[in-house]
Amino acid sequence: MINKIDRIHILIADDDDEDIQLFNEALDELKMDSKLTSFKDGKVLMDYLENLENKLPNILFLDLNMPCKTGHECLREIRSNSRFIDVSIAIYSTSSSDKDIEDSFVQGANIYIKKPNDFSKLKKVIKDVVNMDWQYQSSGLSKETFFYSL
Amino acid sequence: MRLNYNYDGNIACKRILEDHLDKLKIEYHILGLSQIEINDDVSLETFEKLQLELDQYAIHIINNPKAQLIQTIKDIIVEIIYEKDKFPSTTISQYLSEKLDLRYGYITTVFSDYTYTSVENFIIIQKIERAKKLILAEKLSLTEISYELNYSSVAYLSTQFKKVTGLTPSMFKRIVDKKRLLSKKKIK
Repeated sequence: MINKIDRIHILIADDDDEDIQLFNEALDELKMDSKLTSFKDGKVLMDYLENLENKLPNILFLDLNMPCKTGHECLREIRSNSRFIDVSIAIYSTSSSDKDIEDSFVQGANIYIKKPNDFSKLKKVIKDVVNMDWQYQSSGLSKETFFYSL
Repeated sequence: MRLNYNYDGNIACKRILEDHLDKLKIEYHILGLSQIEINDDVSLETFEKLQLELDQYAIHIINNPKAQLIQTIKDIIVEIIYEKDKFPSTTISQYLSEKLDLRYGYITTVFSDYTYTSVENFIIIQKIERAKKLILAEKLSLTEISYELNYSSVAYLSTQFKKVTGLTPSMFKRIVDKKRLLSKKKIK
């Protein structure tokens, strides 16, 4: 039975405090029923994910350039563990080269976001990503071929 | 003048139900224990009217037929996309409206309220999902795929593909090939 959409749990790992704060504000303004948990580097993110007591998120936004453990390293670790198969991974990067996009998808990312440079674009991007992800959770689409670059 | 009265809530509730079901010409059978049975072919609009009328007596219907409707809409859309001969000669909106015997405006509103997308967008997403499968099957050219999915041209398919995935069809194919190769290596 579909009830109104369940609360969406989002994780974000980014070493830039300002980026996290903007993301949080954008999400707030969208008035979606969501919960955001943030991490300042890849190591604390992986510690959180590997702790079996923590509920798995719906979507993880992952910055590529982080200290301790890079986004690519996190991506590879997450995708080599079948427990995380249902977690959608969105790469959140300043690069928009075709090579970076292609590599990220090959490594198992589902979404590739070129960090928007203004707030209204950021809001639209988050909304589009959450909406698209919801289709993959609810309409029997193949997750193996879930790629969304924007 | 002040009057005292007593009443039986069960009888009151039963009469209210009977009155409103009769008024809406719904066939019913009262089963007791807060259960009634109604004919399956009651339209959703009538059902909603009933729900609205009963609300004023604080009688609430617990089942949610909207969930059922949304599933039916999705099923119809997937069917016409995967079976070419079922694709309507009229517009999809008209087809859905006729098949469900509901106004299209109503269909789109219910759908958007519950699915985080619109009917139009859902159709596009499903068409692209099938396009992905056909591309990976490598039996048809992109032009043939666009024909199979009732696109007016291959350019239009490519545009929609790019809109939904952010990728060109050839980039998509390359990524899946590499991804599969990588997971094969991991298994070895």
